[in-house]
Amino acid sequence: MKKTIAILLSLVMAVSLLTVGACAVSGTVAANGSTSMEKVIGILSEQFMEDNQDVTITYDATGSGTGIEAVATGTCDIGLASRNLKDAEVEKGLAATTVALDGIAIIVNENCPVDDLTVEQIAAIFTGEITDWADFGGKGEIACIGREAGSGTRDGFESITKTTDKCVLAQELTSTGAVIAAVKSSANAIGYASYAAVEGQTGIKVLTVEGVACTSENIVDGSYVIQRPFNLVTLAEGELSEAAQAFFYYMLSEDAAELITLAGAVPAPQPEEEAGK
Amino acid sequence: MNVLFFLCGIITVGFVLCICVYLVLSGLPAIGKIGVGEFFLGKVWKPTATTVEPSYGILPFLLTSICGTAGAVLLGIPIGLLTAVFLAKVAPPRLAEMIRTAVQLLAGIPSVVYGLVGMIVLVPGVQRLFNLSSGATLFAAILVLAVMILPSIINVSETALRAVPKEFEDASLALGATELETYFRVSVPAAKSGIATSIVLGVGRAIGEAMAIIMVSGNVPNMPKLFGSVRFMTTAIASEMSYAPVGSLQREALFSIGLVLFLFIMLINVLLNVFVKKER
Repeated sequence: MKKTIAILLSLVMAVSLLTVGACAVSGTVAANGSTSMEKVIGILSEQFMEDNQDVTITYDATGSGTGIEAVATGTCDIGLASRNLKDAEVEKGLAATTVALDGIAIIVNENCPVDDLTVEQIAAIFTGEITDWADFGGKGEIACIGREAGSGTRDGFESITKTTDKCVLAQELTSTGAVIAAVKSSANAIGYASYAAVEGQTGIKVLTVEGVACTSENIVDGSYVIQRPFNLVTLAEGELSEAAQAFFYYMLSEDAAELITLAGAVPAPQPEEEAGK
Repeated sequence: MNVLFFLCGIITVGFVLCICVYLVLSGLPAIGKIGVGEFFLGKVWKPTATTVEPSYGILPFLLTSICGTAGAVLLGIPIGLLTAVFLAKVAPPRLAEMIRTAVQLLAGIPSVVYGLVGMIVLVPGVQRLFNLSSGATLFAAILVLAVMILPSIINVSETALRAVPKEFEDASLALGATELETYFRVSVPAAKSGIATSIVLGVGRAIGEAMAIIMVSGNVPNMPKLFGSVRFMTTAIASEMSYAPVGSLQREALFSIGLVLFLFIMLINVLLNVFVKKER
């Protein structure tokens, strides 16, 4: 009897040792930034926290500019930016690692008769050159809905359509979700939002751009032109905490790629040695 | 024990002083760098522009805040004042009690809830009613602000109207004036400094509000237009502060807007004190 208990006890201890070994990392990881990356980060952090019970990952959906600023001032571990870093930001000692690619979907209300626009037409609409849907066979004054200046989606959209600082907007909203909601509620609206976020939404219609639909395949092969990277922003010099480091590498791993696809974005190809770590 | 009370008092004063000094110190340099004329009279706010020269004119915010507050007060005063007269003079006690509870409830609703209801109900409503391309306009913001300032106007005005000595009204009635004439020719003039206080309080609440109107005003830095998308001083700070890089002129300019807003509120407080003193 005693022997059995002893064996059982040692078994229990061995198992607990094993489990401790499996979740070697513990702690909190604070992520802050792009509202477009919400779905991707949501699914990755859920899986990571499932695998590592002692790690808590917080994500503050504020906008790319805010996320970058938060890393620079040290208020979060990993910044999320849906745009590339500007020179001034690189000079501050920040580094970006691309984790995925995302299309910027051009969305209109589901009742809008228009299905396809060219990049030039989109630019003309957002700069106020074309103000009425009548030019495209619809009717009513066009209401352009955009994002705040710190948004990565706005940065991507404006640099690709060459409308930087020229957009005439009817509404300037501060999150991806707010843009989708506004387009949903207004028959005359046109807006732009992350492809990962518009998938499966009702009440809106995603336009094809120059005849190319906004899909993962078209984003990967580059035929859908309005796209931008999802970046992880960290300090170029300086150590991440153990937990943050583990989460960082997890996001770049092959396991994560599947989840990223599930979240509607396109995993970025990773150089071998980095993904292997 | 007295020392403890004194210390608590000092702490409060300390906070006020800290905030004032900090705001002035961090708000003034940008005004100097941008130039007083360009800062206050510039019509274009584009602090993050990269292809053109960034510009830092806050005239659109200033005028929008003034127009929005004025509009809200214009709508709020008649409704609020008449409600106050009704509650203080006309309403049967039980009905008055019910309405008073409702008004107090209105005062307790968090501003973000006002904004939410405004965004979901009011904005699409305004859009459909006036056949606009977007309902997020100055007009929608004015409506939300008007509702938000009702409680302060009603509560303070009602108290002032109740404080009017009954003899005044009795004398007026005895001289043959009707009840309506008595309320508007005797009671309201007698309570005028209290009513003025209530209006100033309403202005203070309207000009300092950010959360409710950020959700309904569209947030584009245009010059104010009743059916156009606008940005207020408060919402300009709230929407840009989080991504303005530390040490940039954009961030400093946002502090300057804060300073201007602070001066506005100070002015309103001075006005308030004048009215309260008159009442005594």
